[in-house]
Amino acid sequence: MSLGSVEWGDKTRKTLGGPPLLRNLVVDMPLLVTLFAIAGLGFVVLYSANGEDLSGVARQSVRLSVGLAAFLVMAQIPPRYLRLWTPWLYCAVLGLLLAVMVEGEIGKGAQRWLDLGVVRFQPSELMKLAAPMMVAWFLHDRTLPPTMPQLLVLMLVILVPAGMIAEQPDLGTGLLVASAGILTVLLAGVSVRIIAGIGALALVAAPVLWVSMMDYQRARVMTFLNPESDPLGAGYNIIQSKIAIGSGGMFGKGWLNGTQAHLEFLPERSTDFIFAVMAEEFGLLGLSVLLVLYLVLVGRGLYIAVQAQDTFSRLLAGAISLTFFVYVFVNAGMVSGLLPVVGVPLPLVSAGGTSMVTLMACFGILASIHGHRKLLAA
Amino acid sequence: MAKRFQKLKDHWREQRLFFSRVIAAAVVVVLLTGVLVARLVHLQVIEYQRFSDLSQDNRLRIEPLAPTRGLIFDRNGLIIAENLPTWQLVAIPEQIGDLDAALAELEELGLVEASEHAVLADLVRSHRGFERVKLRNLNETQAARFAVRRHRFPGIDIQEGLVRYYPFGEASAHAVGYVGSISTRDLERIDRRAYAATSHIGKTGIERSYEDLLHGQVGYRQQVVNAQGRILLDPASADAQASASWELETKWPVPGDNVVLSLDMRLQLATHEALAGARGAAIAIDPANGDVLALVSTPSFDPNRLAGGLSRSDFATLNADLDMPMFNRALAGQYPPGSTVKPFFGLAALQLESSLAHEDISCPGFFTLPGHSHRYRDWRPQGHGPVDLRGAIVQSCDVYFYRLAVDLGIDRLEQTMKAFGFGAPTGLDIMGERAGVVPSREWKREYFPQPEDKVWFPGETVITGIGQGFTLVTPLQLAHATAVLAARGASYQPRLLIGTEDAVSRDVDWAEPAPLGAVEASEEHWAAIHDAMVGVTKDLRGSGRTSMLGTSYVVAGKTGTAQVFTVAQEEKYDADEVDERLRDHGLFIAFAPAEAPRIAVAVVIENGGGGSSAAAPVARKILDAYFAEGVEAAAAEAGTAAIGRRAAGISAPSFGALAAALGPAEPQGEATHVPR
Repeated sequence: MSLGSVEWGDKTRKTLGGPPLLRNLVVDMPLLVTLFAIAGLGFVVLYSANGEDLSGVARQSVRLSVGLAAFLVMAQIPPRYLRLWTPWLYCAVLGLLLAVMVEGEIGKGAQRWLDLGVVRFQPSELMKLAAPMMVAWFLHDRTLPPTMPQLLVLMLVILVPAGMIAEQPDLGTGLLVASAGILTVLLAGVSVRIIAGIGALALVAAPVLWVSMMDYQRARVMTFLNPESDPLGAGYNIIQSKIAIGSGGMFGKGWLNGTQAHLEFLPERSTDFIFAVMAEEFGLLGLSVLLVLYLVLVGRGLYIAVQAQDTFSRLLAGAISLTFFVYVFVNAGMVSGLLPVVGVPLPLVSAGGTSMVTLMACFGILASIHGHRKLLAA
Repeated sequence: MAKRFQKLKDHWREQRLFFSRVIAAAVVVVLLTGVLVARLVHLQVIEYQRFSDLSQDNRLRIEPLAPTRGLIFDRNGLIIAENLPTWQLVAIPEQIGDLDAALAELEELGLVEASEHAVLADLVRSHRGFERVKLRNLNETQAARFAVRRHRFPGIDIQEGLVRYYPFGEASAHAVGYVGSISTRDLERIDRRAYAATSHIGKTGIERSYEDLLHGQVGYRQQVVNAQGRILLDPASADAQASASWELETKWPVPGDNVVLSLDMRLQLATHEALAGARGAAIAIDPANGDVLALVSTPSFDPNRLAGGLSRSDFATLNADLDMPMFNRALAGQYPPGSTVKPFFGLAALQLESSLAHEDISCPGFFTLPGHSHRYRDWRPQGHGPVDLRGAIVQSCDVYFYRLAVDLGIDRLEQTMKAFGFGAPTGLDIMGERAGVVPSREWKREYFPQPEDKVWFPGETVITGIGQGFTLVTPLQLAHATAVLAARGASYQPRLLIGTEDAVSRDVDWAEPAPLGAVEASEEHWAAIHDAMVGVTKDLRGSGRTSMLGTSYVVAGKTGTAQVFTVAQEEKYDADEVDERLRDHGLFIAFAPAEAPRIAVAVVIENGGGGSSAAAPVARKILDAYFAEGVEAAAAEAGTAAIGRRAAGISAPSFGALAAALGPAEPQGEATHVPR
């Protein structure tokens, strides 16, 4: 298939060449190519992390195919429809969260998954997208920057679902949902004074909160912030993953030669800690390639955001790109011992279906925002 | 004017604002990526050599260190539970090639039992690779047998360890409880990290309820080991400099607290001996503070066998024993109290001013309700003749109490029983206590499913008056109520723990007695009941006289005989057994010295026959032991030392003074406070 540029009415679209049906398909080649490059790299690492077993890679490629379908579907939906559906989507996901809460209450078990018979999924993953969309929807016909009362409404929109997820309890995802929403608000142009004010308030509140906490709660926070103080529990993973990363050196031990991973020292090596496997086998060089690919995606996303023509698209595109970077940074930071351990997979690389599909859908939205621009007269 | 226009969307301004924010965001993204890269450079370039060494043929291993379990002392400082050195067979999962083959080979050597194969395999697999899993304790021969074949078992090792030891064995088992191997079920209720190095956990009694105090805090040390698990560097070794360059950390475990119990082991042993051969329970309580001085349930079991790792089959035999040695009759056995309730109802008669309280009645040997023909018989078929309240208690006249029960009515009987703590757990600080039953209209309404059974019948009030019918009490409740009676209404929650000793600082924290709501009655009424109970042991017609002849102290007591009118449904039919098991339960409650009570006792002997023949002699032995002159002096000495410490708040007690004075109960009983 070849790439072509087709004039069509007042719109310009990059489309695929070939049969007429495909000609109108919106894709964003720079995005898609980078996504596949990262996913391909992921397959290579996954094969090694799974102990040279192909079945894990096969499952992951099925997930990637579903993800691609999600990308293509989302890319065809013009942003204005997305905007119209946003409140309904937000409310629906909030309802699902409530359902999971109630079901978990009854089942006394894990409260994250919703079983739909065929597939099980975590509504909290959907909220990672729904929360910034709702913020963007709320702000799309209002004058930016938002006023103080508007900000208060937005805080409710963000903190209610984030709190519910943190209650599941899945503090990590709750924080990610909150950060996705807050990033959207920041992009909307909250004045620097308000940001500084909130920062100052947090600085004051932290010691007060700290003093009012019970001893055991403080101990838990300390373990969360510094897992290495607990080498029999949470610290074990971090100690082993640091050894894996450090021993990789500049050029790595070579593919399939990582001892930490293959001797099963490294926990969760195909999911949350796959970054360490890559570090061990491909070294700093390999990681640099991966990080550059991630930056290309983020850069392309921000470019799309700047090019976008309405507030909703702009805010949504910016939020998706920055949230994506947050995932990368949190996962890599956690595995290398910079950040506390929260269960965040490495985007597009870690084995896991929900994350792969939602991320691809998000990039589909970026493609749609870019592909459905109207050509404006200068 | 400009204000009005702000309401309109200024697209140009907005786009500029957004652009500036995106630029700021991009800068942050780049900066954070820089931080990440710097971290990776630090790990992968600067510290490369260290991590490379660690990963290639060296590994940093974290070895959890078990805390030493706290000791358990009796009130005089005798050791009831201690830790003795032993050999343990351990497995390190990550180093074992074929677990099943290794276990099979150990079975051949007679080091583990074939029946335990699956359990042990599960246990090993449920732990993380670096954890040392304790398989079982070895004796010296077994340890030697393994040591010479050690090379054949990669990942299996022997290590020195401590095993829990109870010098008094069976005698302390039901009060102190025992520790056993941590089961997969235990793993669900504990913090696995805190128990990473611990192999045993409290299962019952004090060991269970004060597990958190006794266990202590886990420690760990980092070691550098090679691929075979051989330790290359250990911070505990001499090569401190090398350790420092590896930044090896050691955090020593914090030993558990020692606990001091209210038990007087001398009395406990005497009680255990007095109950020998019987199925039953006896409890002694200090009425002044609720201290449980002795708590025995027989038959008992040897806690040392359980702590040492009892095989599954042995445990099953122990559990299946028809006499139920694992069953704590003192707390969980529920028996009809029989005539032991009479002093309590007698007090109610006085206090509630029943017309019968100051009346002589004539006892013809039976009682009938007005308008009914059913005869409620006295235990003495020919009757007791004319009796008053005192006489009815002394001779245990049933007819008097049938009439009293009808006069008071079931509601007041219920109130009386509940005031003395019947019908609810007493709150003793070990688990497994049952509530017993204090029957009432409400209880019957709730307990029975059929509407026709929910009605309270007058006849049921009659038999409640002599502690029969629905009433059920535990020996502990009986002892507690007797203590309240002895203390003229002052009530303390029964307790076993009286102090905790910090294992490091040796500071003892003495617990205050916990007062419960007092039973209110006038002084003369208490005196009248006490006098009647003294009559039980002193008067010619007293039902407890023969057992208490010639005591150097005055005993106030009451006998009780509980009919076993139904064979338990699940009991299998066995001609010899059933005959014996249909015999009456014998009960006896007592306190002494009657004028200033220092001890209250309750004894229950299952199927022992009457209270005066079976239970009272046991109580006599317990009281004799308590008031025995020589021992009393020694106890007083150690006791005053303890009380002096308590009063003056002096720390670092010198435990074990009494041990030598008494002579060992068993060869190992000489154990004194082991310094650690």
